[in-house]
Amino acid sequence: MAEQNTAQGAARAGERVPTVIADELHIVYRVNGAKSGKGSATAALSRIVGRGKDDAKRGVRKVHAVRGVSFVAYRGEAIGLIGSNGSGKSTLLRAIAGLLPAEKGKVYTDGQPSLLGVNAALMNDLTGERNVILGGLAMGMSREEIKSRYEEIVDFSGINEKGDFITLPMRTYSSGMAARLRFSIAAAKDHDVLMIDEALATGDRKFQKRSEDRIRELRKEAGTVFLVSHNNKSIRDTCDRVLWLERGELRMDGPTEEVLKEYEKFTGK
Amino acid sequence: MSETTHDGGVALGAAPSPDEGLTAAELAAKYGLSVSGARPALMEYVRQLWGRRHFILAFSQAKLTAQYSQAKLGQLWQVATPLLNAAVYYFIFGVLLKASRGLDRSTYIPFLVTGVFVFTFTQSSVMAGVRAISGNLGLVRALHFPRASLPISFALQQLQQLLFSMIVVFVVTIAFGSYPGLSWLLIVPALVLQFMFNTGLAMILARMGAKTPDLAQLMPFILRTWMYASGVMFSISGMLAGKPEWFIRLMQANPAAVYMDLIRFALIDGYGASHLPPHVWALALFWAVAVFAGGFVYFWKAEERYGRG
Repeated sequence: MAEQNTAQGAARAGERVPTVIADELHIVYRVNGAKSGKGSATAALSRIVGRGKDDAKRGVRKVHAVRGVSFVAYRGEAIGLIGSNGSGKSTLLRAIAGLLPAEKGKVYTDGQPSLLGVNAALMNDLTGERNVILGGLAMGMSREEIKSRYEEIVDFSGINEKGDFITLPMRTYSSGMAARLRFSIAAAKDHDVLMIDEALATGDRKFQKRSEDRIRELRKEAGTVFLVSHNNKSIRDTCDRVLWLERGELRMDGPTEEVLKEYEKFTGK
Repeated sequence: MSETTHDGGVALGAAPSPDEGLTAAELAAKYGLSVSGARPALMEYVRQLWGRRHFILAFSQAKLTAQYSQAKLGQLWQVATPLLNAAVYYFIFGVLLKASRGLDRSTYIPFLVTGVFVFTFTQSSVMAGVRAISGNLGLVRALHFPRASLPISFALQQLQQLLFSMIVVFVVTIAFGSYPGLSWLLIVPALVLQFMFNTGLAMILARMGAKTPDLAQLMPFILRTWMYASGVMFSISGMLAGKPEWFIRLMQANPAAVYMDLIRFALIDGYGASHLPPHVWALALFWAVAVFAGGFVYFWKAEERYGRG
């Protein structure tokens, strides 16, 4: 199945320059005190007293989220990641971004891949205005860059369409408005390798359309784009190659149509 | 390197590539790709951190503002909180207990208030440091930045908080008859050194707290013990008079006591040099540099491991 997978991309790109190489990548989460499913005092005590390096004996449960995934992504590719819930898609993205340390194997990247998303850096108690600045700085933009893009970000989010909301704290926003502002901030930066985690599903129909356009734009500027989504349509619209993860393993890797057909058969659609 | 590795993207049927047969590592080397999430060298790390200085400052200010944003009086609480704190200490120690511990009353009240705020500066930097990584895992797992930005930012937030508290300290000091003079300028180097010390400590605890979040439960007890041993409510030299010389010197070498005494000495007329240990500035400098540098390197050593859940 992997035979002519990337030939299409190669033809388009001329010379194929790899931007992301995953080599037998394993990611393991460790959860404290989850051995018996309850964090009882005796369990905690036995964890401390328990001898040896063996994690299982010390009541630390391992979750093997990504198991030996290997692939090479090339410049100019837009790659969709699909799979059922908990199949390791988001974990794989974070590992590529270097945000989660690998248990085994390695990820090589060209430049610094970035996740599209600044949610964690924003504070609900601050005004939209200050969040734009804070979010921009958190993504590594300079103050001048943010200043020059500020209007663009606010206009794109459409927050001010219904009055002067940008000077109000974010906690006063509706969930849709907040999601739109978050996407607008996140999408303001250009990236070498861009990773988008189900960002398309935010906002109303009009905003979804606008964000899809923006992602296409980002795709043109970015070297390589990864998109995680449960919406097969947006994968079809944006991606030319798809990785299908199931239980942390790479089940299929190929052109969008081919993989999606198998995937839809698998999910019974 | 097994053949299965090539299962995905590398395997080419239609367009044979010169890269075929290369292992992942060789391919990466050929196109100059670097390992994602590797720890940068120390100097490179410092450079990256400097590049993030605007973020560090903005993050600390945002945290400070967010703290009181729901209150009706808003940012007025920045000053009101330390003022109320000072009032409580005055009521208990000045009015109820009439405890002056060998200092006259016009010295004791500013002595107490200064001590409380200066110690709180270190105390809250340590507490914020413990949770700097473990309490911000969402941020650590979503965005790329040198992780030391977090503990430094939290220490900076406490410094800004302290500057508000210093307004109250000035008012109290003047109210009890010590007027501003040239010696007041000495609080600047003293606070700079204390800030370095606090930041170093915050980085050490941030790494320990990232591995063992339980520290956040334990720290209040350690900090309270530290507070009572540092002479916040009493003068070490006055209280321990008659004890062996080396013991007094040892107690006075405690960094928290050193910074508190320096600022008291700078501000309060009745608190003279006789209360300071010998070589007090050298001590202050030593603690600041040693803990800051040590803490920074210690934190950097685990840079690539923060965020593992």
